Amino acid sequence: MLTPDVVTALTHLVTEAEPAGLMPARQQMALSLGWHIVLACFGVAFPAMIFVMHLRGLRRNDPVALGLAKRWAKVSAVLFAIGAVSGTVLSFEMGLLWPGLMGTYGDVLGLPFAFEGLAFFLEAIFLGIYLYGWGRMPGRQHVLMVLPMAVTGIIGAYCVLAVNAWMNVPTGFRVVDGEVTDVQPWQVLFNPHAFLQFAHMWVGAYMLVGFSIAGVYAVGMLRGRRDAHHRLGFMVPFVFASVAAVTQPFVGHVLGFGLDERQPAKLAAFELAETTESPSPLRLGGVLVDGEVKWSIDIPRLGSLIAMNSPDKPVPGLDTIPEEDHPPVNLTHLAFQTMVGIGTLLAAAVVLFWFQRRRGRDLLEKRWFLRFAAVAGPLAVIALEAGWVATEVGRQPWIVYDVMRTTDAVGDYTASLWWLLGISTVVYTAMTVGAVVVLRSMARRWRAGDADLPSPYAPEVSS
Amino acid sequence: MTLELAVAAALFVGVIAYAVLGGADFGSGFFDLTAGSSRRGAELRTLVDHSIGPVWEANHVWLIYVLVIWWTGFPESFAAAMSTLVLPLLFALLGIVLRGASFAFRKYAATLAQARLFGIVFATSSIITPFFLGTVAGGIASGRVPLDGAGDRWSSWLNPTSLFGGVIAVGTCAFLAGTFLVADARRSGQDRLAEELRVRALGVGAATGAIVFAALVPLDHDAPTLAAGLEGRAAPLVVLAGLAGGATMVLLWTRRYAVARVTAVLAVAAVVSGWGVGQYPWLLVDEVSIADAAGATATLQGLLVAVGLAVVVVVPPLAYLFRLTQSEEWSRPDH
Repeated sequence: MLTPDVVTALTHLVTEAEPAGLMPARQQMALSLGWHIVLACFGVAFPAMIFVMHLRGLRRNDPVALGLAKRWAKVSAVLFAIGAVSGTVLSFEMGLLWPGLMGTYGDVLGLPFAFEGLAFFLEAIFLGIYLYGWGRMPGRQHVLMVLPMAVTGIIGAYCVLAVNAWMNVPTGFRVVDGEVTDVQPWQVLFNPHAFLQFAHMWVGAYMLVGFSIAGVYAVGMLRGRRDAHHRLGFMVPFVFASVAAVTQPFVGHVLGFGLDERQPAKLAAFELAETTESPSPLRLGGVLVDGEVKWSIDIPRLGSLIAMNSPDKPVPGLDTIPEEDHPPVNLTHLAFQTMVGIGTLLAAAVVLFWFQRRRGRDLLEKRWFLRFAAVAGPLAVIALEAGWVATEVGRQPWIVYDVMRTTDAVGDYTASLWWLLGISTVVYTAMTVGAVVVLRSMARRWRAGDADLPSPYAPEVSS
Repeated sequence: MTLELAVAAALFVGVIAYAVLGGADFGSGFFDLTAGSSRRGAELRTLVDHSIGPVWEANHVWLIYVLVIWWTGFPESFAAAMSTLVLPLLFALLGIVLRGASFAFRKYAATLAQARLFGIVFATSSIITPFFLGTVAGGIASGRVPLDGAGDRWSSWLNPTSLFGGVIAVGTCAFLAGTFLVADARRSGQDRLAEELRVRALGVGAATGAIVFAALVPLDHDAPTLAAGLEGRAAPLVVLAGLAGGATMVLLWTRRYAVARVTAVLAVAAVVSGWGVGQYPWLLVDEVSIADAAGATATLQGLLVAVGLAVVVVVPPLAYLFRLTQSEEWSRPDH
């Protein structure tokens, strides 16, 4: 066993060996990716909801539905624009922050990005056609222009997730004498882990967008606006979110299966398993302090059941993994539990809603439920972010699991990267404020009865 | 044609497409910025909004296409360029972010004050971005990016070739945008605006043309490899650029705007291709050739499959979008 002194000395050594640019580079990536990912969800899930709404409007000749579809299209235009630029930031950052990764493995991981680019291209083209098609195209033809967006959003998400899955479970190459060889890019695109990771993210996107949009109308209902517009605006995204919320626990569970063999350190961190216990408990909350688990609520056996699908098979503990290969355990554990906790809560809430509705009780009449619906969107955002923190931080210290350490991927920028992080924080904050201001003013003018929203270019000339 | 050359060509087609299509969008920002006070510039700013609104996102994707093909096809040189040219790339990136966001925000701004703020950000960053991307091109073309990525972070883009590259990029963008906006203005019946734009486009064209040819002098000394290429293999393209640019000026002068757009695109495409052909066979001039920079063969093949797919699935809808924006229906003022 290592004595605490040796551990401290080792940790110190590891910290000293870290390039000065590593921490700011990771924070920079976390900021830009964490920001983009919310917008990306809208790119993936929103078109499908707009399609359903628009189609309903046409089929039933329903002006309320058509009006909602038209407004949502304008909202999606704003979100898509800032999603596109924040996505561009990421493609620059891949090379700027991680030249070690891109220089060595660019040709291994690149192909999925090429297909993602294709999908995004199509999405941008059809967004242009759809947005400007209102009133300029026959309705039947116009509504079909959303469909390619819905499909390409899915393909694009799959491709990006394929790369991330590859980082977790690398495949499609060999390293011989330090040289990367035998590159098989298609194997990366269709790596066995990609589909499950994609499914988890895809369903998560529907939860995030569905709850967020529904929440907007829940707030409206709380303020006494109980017209058809609000009920329909709530219901369509809420149905999407409901299906996603009850599906997600199963997808997540299947995704986690086999994690003990793929990434034992990540699983140990998820479960806060310091030592290997048989059977392992499920630890709720808790943190690791000096190698000891504190303040957790342990439920016996449940850890083995959930993580290992067995009544007594133990979760391999951190003690089976060399110290230098440990991820930041507490952050990983708490992020993972946040995701699971919120996911469970949201799934339970939608089950309750639909169950009550079957029994003839409409929870939309209850203020407490509307309040919950209003915060469900932000909760879903937190769950999604927490999920990413769990999987990305849990992969550390590897950028490509078991193949390349994050320290070897980062550029030699030293601490000057902190400046970049500071500027980025300002820019992203400004962009967030801008988006909120514009979206709120759109909503306000719509409520005031303006159907179209011309931008003022001069004191009088308004369009 | 070798596999890596085919991929490099596909990459360069993306560069040309971004220069022409994205360039016209960026150049619109130049006219937006110089349109004058809110009252005076309202008509032009509305025209800019209307003419690039439906297409700018699609045009922007060419940049992502270029980045992805570069890092996938030629990974080491991508990492090297990103490391050495980190500063101009970050400035360009800042411009891209501010520009895209503020353009979208302005479209739905509620008050004049907001629209002005977003408009200024949009227009300024539309000039900053091509300038810095131009300096990046200059840094590569003048052989200042070593393959290990340890080039000087300042002099790699603060040098004659880069600075000329930046100014030329801004100028060609503005020239393109000018010819496009003139035609759009006339098509939507804004004759007074068209006249005003015509004069300014002619001015921008003359200035840009002069700078492009003036740049050939310092290039000789500062970027000898590129200069030799421009005077040798790429000479026909340089001549073509001159002829097409001149023809555009004549056509603008005689108010034949529809044809002027074709020659303007031709001129800019020729300038950019001149650079590409001029520095062939180098990917990073004097440092690594296209053949030596190429990544794994299987990946290059995969990339060509992706490019082939793009021709089949992206080009038709893109053409459809462009055709729509040029149609009578879409020329009606928005809302």
